[in-house]
Amino acid sequence: MAHIKLAQNKVAELKEVCKKFNNDKGELINVLHAAQSLFGYLPAEVQEVVANELNVSIAHVHGVVSFYSFFTMIPKGKYPISICMGTACYVRGAEKVLNEFKKLLDIKVGETTPDGVFSLNSLRCVGACGLAPVVTVGEKVHGRVAVEDVKSIIEEYKNDKE
Amino acid sequence: MDKIKLTIDNTLVEVEKGTTVLEAAKLTGVDIPTLCYLKLEDTAFENTPGGCRMCVVEVEGRRNLAPSCKTQCEDGMFVSTHTPRVVNARRTVMELILSDHPFECLVCTKSGKCDLQSLAQDLGIREIHYQGEKSTYKGDESPGIIREPEKCIMCRRCETACNDVQTVGTLSALYRGFGSVVAPAFEMDLDHSSCTFCGQCVAVCPTGALIERDNTWKVMEAIMNPKKTVIVQTAPAVRAALGEEFGYEAGTLVTGKMVSALRKIGFDYVFDTDFAADLTIMEEGTELLERLNKHLQGDKNVKLPMLTSCCPGWVNFFEYHFPDMLDIPSTAKSPQQMFGAIAKSYFAEKMNIDRKDLVVVSVMPCLAKKFEAARPEFAVDGDPDVNVSITTRELAQMIKSANLNFDALKDDDFDRPLGESSGAGVIFGSTGGVIEAAVRTAYELHTGKTLEKVDFNELRGFEGIRSATIDFDGLPINIGIAHGLGNARTLLEEIRAGKSQFHAIEIMACPGGCIGGGGQPYHHGDVSILKKRQIAIYQEDAGKPIRKSHENPYIQNLYKEYLGAPCSEKSHELLHTNYFAKKKKIEIE
Ligand code: SF4
Ligand code: SF4
Ligand code: SF4
Ligand code: FES
Repeated sequence: MAHIKLAQNKVAELKEVCKKFNNDKGELINVLHAAQSLFGYLPAEVQEVVANELNVSIAHVHGVVSFYSFFTMIPKGKYPISICMGTACYVRGAEKVLNEFKKLLDIKVGETTPDGVFSLNSLRCVGACGLAPVVTVGEKVHGRVAVEDVKSIIEEYKNDKE
Repeated sequence: MDKIKLTIDNTLVEVEKGTTVLEAAKLTGVDIPTLCYLKLEDTAFENTPGGCRMCVVEVEGRRNLAPSCKTQCEDGMFVSTHTPRVVNARRTVMELILSDHPFECLVCTKSGKCDLQSLAQDLGIREIHYQGEKSTYKGDESPGIIREPEKCIMCRRCETACNDVQTVGTLSALYRGFGSVVAPAFEMDLDHSSCTFCGQCVAVCPTGALIERDNTWKVMEAIMNPKKTVIVQTAPAVRAALGEEFGYEAGTLVTGKMVSALRKIGFDYVFDTDFAADLTIMEEGTELLERLNKHLQGDKNVKLPMLTSCCPGWVNFFEYHFPDMLDIPSTAKSPQQMFGAIAKSYFAEKMNIDRKDLVVVSVMPCLAKKFEAARPEFAVDGDPDVNVSITTRELAQMIKSANLNFDALKDDDFDRPLGESSGAGVIFGSTGGVIEAAVRTAYELHTGKTLEKVDFNELRGFEGIRSATIDFDGLPINIGIAHGLGNARTLLEEIRAGKSQFHAIEIMACPGGCIGGGGQPYHHGDVSILKKRQIAIYQEDAGKPIRKSHENPYIQNLYKEYLGAPCSEKSHELLHTNYFAKKKKIEIE
């Protein structure tokens, strides 16, 4: 496993989070949620800090992280792609759009392309049902996406790679 | 206690409230098959996840089959353990497990001792009606333990041993569904994890998913090499358990046959770790008295209690979990390593053998000893003091491979000089034994008087944590004993909190001490086997003409000829060591 170095201020922030939950083992899932929103993902090093702060074994923490699908150990890509799978989007073909992204990027949901540019996720309703099916790339929202549009969306950001 | 009555297979049985159907059935002579369930009486081990459904029974009035290991008896209950529905369910469970299990019985280390295999045979499975993809995982070949997750049936016994009993926390179920596996965090190798190599997970694993690294071939290669002189040392607990592998009743001492077998296998000298145990007592006992005297004189720099250090599983544990307390354990090496150091110096010089041509093999009840033997600080110019460490189980394997009829072997004696030992050296194999041996010697050295009674029954027993006060001629010495790392943790935390009243504490990683080591013949959940081994150890001690380490003439001679005095400069160089904080630090930029 590649080792990463965590920034000191982020670690301090993480420890604060643990303290907010009274360093209570029973709050592990909530702490991990908070940690994931802080770091964007849960690398081994972050799990280790949490294990130490909550005084549980690192194996137990990884057990929990790997059990729930909403936790991820893979960093998001530079352009995180999310496909809305809410009812409105779904009935308008979001799944086909998702499959096209999977095919063209050659990754599964929850993964990141090896070059770190794109990551793929599905979301519950984003509240833009009028634009269904909706795809967000970073902060930007693409509406009424058809399977044929997928390729050009990818190209748009790929060329922006600089 | 409230009593309740129920009927199991048409037999009326009365049990205490809270009894499970599984336990009640046992009273009526029915052993319901189990797979995940395991309880070790008189220890903290209790694994009842209720996950495998092998133990299901029919309970009248309930629609679903009930797992008997999880179901409590109720008054008036009517249970059937062997209906067609039950039998079918069990066979289905077994077939499903086997459909995702490699068919490697012919070459599996666990074959013949595997609970899964024998249960499949008992159920009479001859065909598997399910076919599907078999799961594959990252394996792990660490110096002490090999993990083969393909053979794992997710019973979680190893997790209970590691997390609840030993409080080490190395293992956890990871991922979910088909891909789930029991492994260290991030599936890292045990080597890099918090694992102590105590081997207690191996001792309870029902399959070949967790096994020791087999070093027997390395030993044979050395024996077959004409350039090498190969010597062997056998730990105290081995002689009290080896017989079980050859059908002897647990607790049968087979010391003489074991020596004879080792000689026939081809070792040039057959020595005894008990000799080194006597040596350990000389060093550790002297260190204890030195620390005690300084402490009594008010020296604040001297830390008490002193902890024993002969168990490498325990050493690994405190290096990882108590890195702030590395100055509390005795600096004395374990008997295995003392033996190696003396063999490759004193003995090699005496025999005029280059240490590189001398191969030291150890037979141990233990997997942590494999790890210990490989520690870089126990080697000189890359040549390890102990070259190869094998377990009691591996020795049995070697005896079988050598076509020896164990039953017919005549009793033989250890070679001199490293084969002579006192009764004090023998009891190292049981919890409480090391400290009793130390007391026998420390008492006489401290008081200058002869001990009238060498048996300290107050230090013996099977309880997880014990304590006793021994009168050193007016000076009360408080002694603590813990076996099992969870119990050790309790005493360690007391010390950390400044609440410990003890002067000396003995700690062993395994239940019962080395007699319950991770390399011993499998007990399959029967704790009475460990207790019988324990009795055997004290029997061997009682039958020895010399019962105190400092009276062993070969030990006296070793000091006279070579070491000088206990804790001398030479002794420190050869027989003492340092400890290292093991916990990985998180890198922060
Ligand atoms: S050997 Fe001991 S410490 Fe290591 S995983 Fe097994 S039970 Fe845990
Ligand atoms: S490794 Fe062995 S003890 Fe652990 S869950 Fe698998 S089968 Fe059970
Ligand atoms: S108690 Fe004995 S068998 Fe167990 S780890 Fe320690 S030395 Fe090895
Ligand atoms: S033995 Fe009862 S559920 Fe596994």
